[in-house]
Amino acid sequence: MKYVDEYRDGPAARKLVDAIAAAATRPWTIMEVCGGQTHAIVRYGLDRMLPATIELVHGPGCPVCVTALEAIDKAHTLAARPDVIFCSFGDMLRVPGSQGDLLQLKAQGADVRVVYSPLDAVHLAAAHPQRQVIFFAIGFETTAPANAMAVAQAQRRGLTNFSVLVSHVLVPPAIAAILGSPDNRVQGFLGPGHVCTVMGTNEYEALARSFGVPIVIAGFEPVDMLEGILRVVRQLEAGRAEVENAYSRAVRPEGSPPAKALIDSVFEVCDRPWRGIGTIPQSGYRLRETYRDYDAERRFDLGHLHTEESSLCISGAILRGLKKPHECPAFGKQCTPQNPLGATMVSSEGACAAYALYGRHLEVSSPNALLRR
Amino acid sequence: MCLGIPGKVIETYQENDLLMAKVDFGGVRKRVCLAYVPDAVVGEYVIVHVGFALQKLDEAEAQRVFAFLAAADSLDELQVPSP
Amino acid sequence: MAPLADSFGACPVPKSRYDHITLGHGSGGRLSADLLRSIFLPAFDSSVLASLEDQATLPFDVRGGRLAFTTDAFVVRPLFFPGGDIGRLAVCGTVNDLAVGGVRPLFLSAAFILEEGLPLADLERIVRSMRQSCAEAGVELVAGDTKVVDRGKGDKVFIATSGIGIVPEGRNLSIHAAQPGDRILVSGTLGDHGVAIMSVREGLEFETVLESDCAPLADLTRVMLEACPAIRCMRDPTRGGLSSALNELAVGSNVGVELDENATPIRDEVRAACEMLGLDPYYVANEGKLIAVVPAADADGLLTAMRGHPLGRSAAAIGTVVSDHPGMVIANSPIGGRRVVMMIAGEQLPRIC
Repeated sequence: MKYVDEYRDGPAARKLVDAIAAAATRPWTIMEVCGGQTHAIVRYGLDRMLPATIELVHGPGCPVCVTALEAIDKAHTLAARPDVIFCSFGDMLRVPGSQGDLLQLKAQGADVRVVYSPLDAVHLAAAHPQRQVIFFAIGFETTAPANAMAVAQAQRRGLTNFSVLVSHVLVPPAIAAILGSPDNRVQGFLGPGHVCTVMGTNEYEALARSFGVPIVIAGFEPVDMLEGILRVVRQLEAGRAEVENAYSRAVRPEGSPPAKALIDSVFEVCDRPWRGIGTIPQSGYRLRETYRDYDAERRFDLGHLHTEESSLCISGAILRGLKKPHECPAFGKQCTPQNPLGATMVSSEGACAAYALYGRHLEVSSPNALLRR
Repeated sequence: MCLGIPGKVIETYQENDLLMAKVDFGGVRKRVCLAYVPDAVVGEYVIVHVGFALQKLDEAEAQRVFAFLAAADSLDELQVPSP
Repeated sequence: MAPLADSFGACPVPKSRYDHITLGHGSGGRLSADLLRSIFLPAFDSSVLASLEDQATLPFDVRGGRLAFTTDAFVVRPLFFPGGDIGRLAVCGTVNDLAVGGVRPLFLSAAFILEEGLPLADLERIVRSMRQSCAEAGVELVAGDTKVVDRGKGDKVFIATSGIGIVPEGRNLSIHAAQPGDRILVSGTLGDHGVAIMSVREGLEFETVLESDCAPLADLTRVMLEACPAIRCMRDPTRGGLSSALNELAVGSNVGVELDENATPIRDEVRAACEMLGLDPYYVANEGKLIAVVPAADADGLLTAMRGHPLGRSAAAIGTVVSDHPGMVIANSPIGGRRVVMMIAGEQLPRIC
């Protein structure tokens, strides 16, 4: 595949690893924000290829994991209604709420459907005028243009049986929360490549300046990530704290103006609770008043929801890069991808799930032995 | 976040007043909304996330990292070009 | 290092949170294995069943060898997909479960559960396809049954097939027989079937030339065993994909498996579809492929024999059995790192993250 395979080239990757090793004269702690980047690191074993001086910590880059438990419970309440076709991206189906997950609800007779695109949910609404179609609109800014277009289309086509349950989260406030925390260890960032494809790089300039950390916007393939890490290390070694765009084949500094325009007309910024972290001010999107008719929380009575998080789960520490998954006592035991206890195990992009998927818990007794050669 | 993959625009058309495209991803093809990249033409590559093209891929920028890797004779020469 | 299953089996948390059957229980991964271990095996208490081979070789002599017997049930949506249909699946699935045991398949039975309202034309099409598949496989369908359930109580058609055949005397292929040093071969490209199904599944449809690889493998296995009687074991990587087959091998023989990702044959279109949906090809189902474990000295000869057969043209050596990390499958990633290939828990779902 063009624009994919070349960024998985072994010799290119190894050249970059060697360059990183040559450039790093002291230990550095670098965080990648995107779940997709975490996944790539673990899937290709990138962290194990790097010199031991470079520590990669994983950030709250998985919108699935950080979707508040309360939002999940609302989704389940809605999906259980007999008049509803509940549409969702595949990632959300196994996320446990206070009582089970969407897949179990489906097993009990709920009409839960996986869609690839939010427009598919709109098509379903048009095709089933007698049913209520609800779409679970989650994601970072990357998914906001698609979710916004679905709402705009529903309005344009006059579909009164379509609504969305919104739980969008924004990256820059999360980075600010991490860097502003007193126990922060992160010295440099790999920025979110596809979020920036939509939003541009401006917001990250302000972060780099106020906190004095280099932020390199990076893509998702091994060569992208390694180039990003090399650039962060070089900045750190030189005492610089700037934004660099290492994903320039897809990211323009201004992002995508038409996407930002539609997001702005459909959504407005609001406070948002992040699972495992707590409420971060001005870190989410909600529907603007003009589109509130399409808000599933307005249209349906959700009753009183009692949400309950597991006391064993240390997602918060994981999402802030303070702990690694294998440092959690429940990892691989009470908490597995089959029985996730909390945010970072629930989706395949969460740090704990990525580690478990690639068997990192099995190395606890012999660290590095299996995966270093 | 976010699974965004590059694909080539094969065909464009209108559906429900939305600009759409048939996009080829290495041999499989899917309908994709082109509303955010309306100037994309057949043959160009776009990055696609959940059925929406978000941006065109810039071929010159895509080559950048390989150009400097190829040019480096030794690690000391592996200068990352300034942004 | 304890076998993989133990790491999750030792969980002190009270029993599984599932008290209803979910889709994950049918996906050929850990949930399916749990169901076997916790409900079916204890109930039936049969050492033949408990050996968990793909077929049951019975302690019952017939002229020329021993009797082998297997059964399988088929549910698929949609019923008709590129490259096949539920009928062809039902014949090939059972034939292949026998074939990978080195069995010469002879007879099949088929039981149909039909949903009220199913068009007769669809049933005829399915049955014609089964007849053709039986002819290809060299088996005879000799017994059958049909039941109908109320509209809404069945997913159009369910088919259960059983198959019987003969294992020549002296042949003992087994999941428990792999030895460190053995090579692992695959008969062709991986992931074709699962991706072909997904391409026509509502909500995910995409255009592709890909077809299911559904095919009967009995002739290929005959050729393979003639060329290389020393084959230790064969498996067909159906639900759960290559990963499930390799993990079952690692656990069954208490050995480690090293997989060379650069060597696994995967069609470009399968790769592309998996990239698009966020799926891993190693977890995608195959219906016309097998893996074979063979002593290292015989690997090249076997590969040549496989490539000489129409269903083995893309055969490749993809891995090695090792004594390290018993019970675990470790892959050498395309860029030089390593990762564990875990058995999938439930169903693999498309993702956006």
